[in-house]
Amino acid sequence: MSDSEAMAAGEGIDAAFSGTLGAFHLDVAFTAPMRGITGLFGPSGCGKTTALRCMAGLERLGGQLHVDGATWQDDATGTFLKPHRRPVGYVFQEANLFPHLSARNNLRYGARRATGADHGGLDFDGVVDLLGIGHLLDRAPAALSGGERQRVALGRALLSRPRLLLMDEPLSALDRMTKEDILPYFEALRDTLAIPLLYVSHDVAELERLADRLVLIDDGRVIASGALSDLETDPDLPLQRAPDAAVTLEAMVAVFDDRYGLTGFAVAGGTLFVPGRRGEIGSRQRLRIQASDVSFARSRPTDTTILNILPARIVTITGQDAEQAQVNVVVALGEDGSGPRVVGRITRKSVEALGLAPGMAVHAQFKSVALLGSSFSATPPG
Amino acid sequence: MTDWAELWTPVRLTLELALVTTLVLLLVGTPIAWWLARSKARWKEAVAAVVALPLVLPPTVLGFYLLVALGPNGPGGWIASLGGARSLAFTFEGLVIGSVIYSMPFVVQPIRNAFEACGDRPLEAAATLRASPWDAFWSVAVPLARPGFLTGAVLGFAHTVGEFGVVLMIGGNIPGETKVLSVAIYDYVETLRWTEVNILAGGMLVFSFIVVLTMMLAGRRIGRPGP
Repeated sequence: MSDSEAMAAGEGIDAAFSGTLGAFHLDVAFTAPMRGITGLFGPSGCGKTTALRCMAGLERLGGQLHVDGATWQDDATGTFLKPHRRPVGYVFQEANLFPHLSARNNLRYGARRATGADHGGLDFDGVVDLLGIGHLLDRAPAALSGGERQRVALGRALLSRPRLLLMDEPLSALDRMTKEDILPYFEALRDTLAIPLLYVSHDVAELERLADRLVLIDDGRVIASGALSDLETDPDLPLQRAPDAAVTLEAMVAVFDDRYGLTGFAVAGGTLFVPGRRGEIGSRQRLRIQASDVSFARSRPTDTTILNILPARIVTITGQDAEQAQVNVVVALGEDGSGPRVVGRITRKSVEALGLAPGMAVHAQFKSVALLGSSFSATPPG
Repeated sequence: MTDWAELWTPVRLTLELALVTTLVLLLVGTPIAWWLARSKARWKEAVAAVVALPLVLPPTVLGFYLLVALGPNGPGGWIASLGGARSLAFTFEGLVIGSVIYSMPFVVQPIRNAFEACGDRPLEAAATLRASPWDAFWSVAVPLARPGFLTGAVLGFAHTVGEFGVVLMIGGNIPGETKVLSVAIYDYVETLRWTEVNILAGGMLVFSFIVVLTMMLAGRRIGRPGP
């Protein structure tokens, strides 16, 4: 693993916490790189928020935490940095703005106390622009909507010049529409910031859009961690059993089909078309393919309305032995199966009828391919 | 004839006593209120009960113990001996000490409630923004507890203005030194000087009404955040 090599060099985030809070026992250990968004994912009450609070020093359990070569906690040496001595930014579930300060002074509260080098490369105006909160600065928190409060809270955390940004379900208190309004700002942040972000969520849809890597937590323990797409296509993990199980693919805008109004996205193994003109040629986007939208054919179908058909090789078939009506088929795209993996959910009857088996060459048909987020990767919203 | 200077002396003394007492109470009561609001110690309610005792003790009982404590053989007498005096009883300083203890619950309780109402979350946010506990106390906890401070200060001041039993026990009746308003009114009634009684008692009535009204109005206004 490249992560463990990075750890050996003293880079990245290396966390391990173990202990009991009330009746709940937490015993987690995970690593994360010093870049991108790492999602801590699990059901409510699984301990992911506690793990995040331990990282900020707001909670103290036994264990150790090293961030980019610095020791924040190490029980062996008795090291435990107080929260205010840790260069973190923390975005709380309920924004947690200071009610006695205006939005501007909430932002300044963080900026005034910032210490250390500027890792994000953002000044006050830059943060205000990035988050689109210029018109809110003179308002009191009570006069802001939930989404606006959360944007100000994010700005406040950024202006404290964190080395690491921790976000505790920042969208879970918001309604669906507001979430959709805020997600683009988070995406812009991911593409702008040079600091790593740990993002706690129980909503897989948020992490599909934002996360590069996942740490899966259940009942106080880490059950898996790795790249988002690796975990999505791992047949042993609960992600695959979800009704809306899906796979995300990194893709590049390759071609515009102006005649039919389609955009072609290049993925390893072929091109996928999405309706509409999306992004700029060469820009990177994230595609989502839901397992229930994927079907398979032994030979390349010619008389079908399905637009996106790519060659693939079957990697595994799960749930075949059990008496389930549906099974998940993991395939690797490309004639030789060297491309990214996707998951299709089909009936066990079809598997038997077609005689599908691991190693077999098939054609994967995608009834629908969704573009995650908008074309904000190239230009942040303003 | 009404002697206005004679009337003014106890009024001025009372206002001085109440002002000094309130300032001391804010200084002493704030850390106590903070500790009571934040500590997880199991015996903290015992401390809270001690602070609240003056609410239920008859002022004469409290005054008796204070008299003993402030007298030549008590700790107050020892402190007084450092300054060359024999006793803190029947002095202005003694009155301040007595008033601080007597009015303590009226200041500590509202401030404690206000600290508890602001909760952990703003302080956690402050900590993640590099504010040390001391910094967060001044920049977050105190501003958020502003209504509690206002209530505590007004109640402490007004309660000190109105005290009688404790003053009589430990202060006696020395004009310009310990003869406060309530004692003066009692004196005037004893000597049947009704005009003076009416002026002072009427004045107290108006003063009390203004205090209560101000607090209610301020309480409604102060909840809203400043700039």
